Amino acid sequence: MIDVKNLTKSFGSHVVLDNISEHIYPGEKVVIIGPSGSGKSTFLRCLNMLETPTAGTITFNGTAVTDPKADIDAIRRQMGMVFQHFNLFPNMTIRRNITLSPVLTKRMSQAEADETALALLRRVGLEDKAEAYPAQLSGGQKQRIAIVRALAMKPQVMLFDEPTSALDPEMVGEVLEVMKQLAEEGMTMVVVTHEMGFAREVGSRVLFMDGGHILEQNEPHALFSNPREERTREFLSKVL
Amino acid sequence: MSFFEKFVQVFAEPKYLESMLTGLRMTLAISVGAALIGLVLGTVVALVGLSRSKHPLMKIPKFICAVYVTVVRGTPMALQLFIMAFVVLAIRGFPVVVTAIIAFGINSGAYVSENIRAGILSVDVGQTEAGRSLGLTSAMTMRYIVIPQAIKNVIPSIGNELIALIKETSIVSMIGMYDLTAAAKNVGAGQNLANYLAPMTVAALFYLAIVYLLTFVIKKIEGRLRQSDRR
Repeated sequence: MIDVKNLTKSFGSHVVLDNISEHIYPGEKVVIIGPSGSGKSTFLRCLNMLETPTAGTITFNGTAVTDPKADIDAIRRQMGMVFQHFNLFPNMTIRRNITLSPVLTKRMSQAEADETALALLRRVGLEDKAEAYPAQLSGGQKQRIAIVRALAMKPQVMLFDEPTSALDPEMVGEVLEVMKQLAEEGMTMVVVTHEMGFAREVGSRVLFMDGGHILEQNEPHALFSNPREERTREFLSKVL
Repeated sequence: MSFFEKFVQVFAEPKYLESMLTGLRMTLAISVGAALIGLVLGTVVALVGLSRSKHPLMKIPKFICAVYVTVVRGTPMALQLFIMAFVVLAIRGFPVVVTAIIAFGINSGAYVSENIRAGILSVDVGQTEAGRSLGLTSAMTMRYIVIPQAIKNVIPSIGNELIALIKETSIVSMIGMYDLTAAAKNVGAGQNLANYLAPMTVAALFYLAIVYLLTFVIKKIEGRLRQSDRR
């Protein structure tokens, strides 16, 4: 589904991603873990070109994302993204946050989008917040709305960039619950997270990144119980 | 005659009042015209300056905008007005009020563009990323997400700029125009009221009233735009 070949990203002389090749298959739940500065967020952000790779190619369903002539907006409409800091639009109601993009990109009429928004809000238990503004919500509620907003575009894959890292501990659960539900429905997901429990439970494959490389990857139980690399062992011993 | 009597006379004597009102109308005409030009020009210049388009042809307008802002902000308003009146638009029969409006509009545009630029940059980059990640084009993201939030940040400084503009128009008498300040000077002259303090005070009150009214309107707009901040 997403094919990454020889992906390199550097900021100035600092190499953040060093020649990464990877493939994400439909229905997979790929969880990326690793220390801060390992390049995991940058890797994720390269997938939908929020960061422009320095070298290498990314292909999404056969379309070269990294091609300068590619219609990146059309590609992004099929890739939902959830950010650490939610990035809800503070000047709009929740309903408008969710319906803005489907309507502007002519995916849906306003009426259809409203209906979709309501159905999605009901799923995450926030249908009563449709006319509220983001500032009136808790962090956990905001992140659930952000997930809904991305889902409203009916994407084929969802990218999560540390979705629970900015949350109060007691709100992490409600967001992970929504993500788990999404995973069960078969959504293809790429998740950068520090939630090892989530990685173990939901992930179909865990990538451990360090120093701009994917140092090791495996299905979660094998990786967590029996890491091959010394660096992985060291990292896991600190976070588990 | 006491100051108070002279003060009353500015209003009571039709030819003095008429004179002051003529000046006031001119001040308002220049201010409103220049403000409109300034806002439009400033917005365009700010957007051009912030454009991240890598198209080689974009370099030219970007360069022009940068030079424009630097030159206008780096030279005195009076000099710009002179150049406009005595050089660029020194055309027989060209209405001098239009000259003034253009000169002040161009001047104001440079300041407004800097305010708008700062306002747009003050919107969290995450907002743009969220918009783009949803598949909105960069123009849609600007139009529906960034600019509405930037406006909220920009209104106070635009308000300051408009206030400064209104007061700065008082230098148009230097090119022989009859605005509120010139009117006060004329009414106070020896062959008229023979007292400068009274008409100058009246003019000051007029300026104050305009600025006060403008401040009030800006506060109202700010309040309305801040609605989404409530918790």
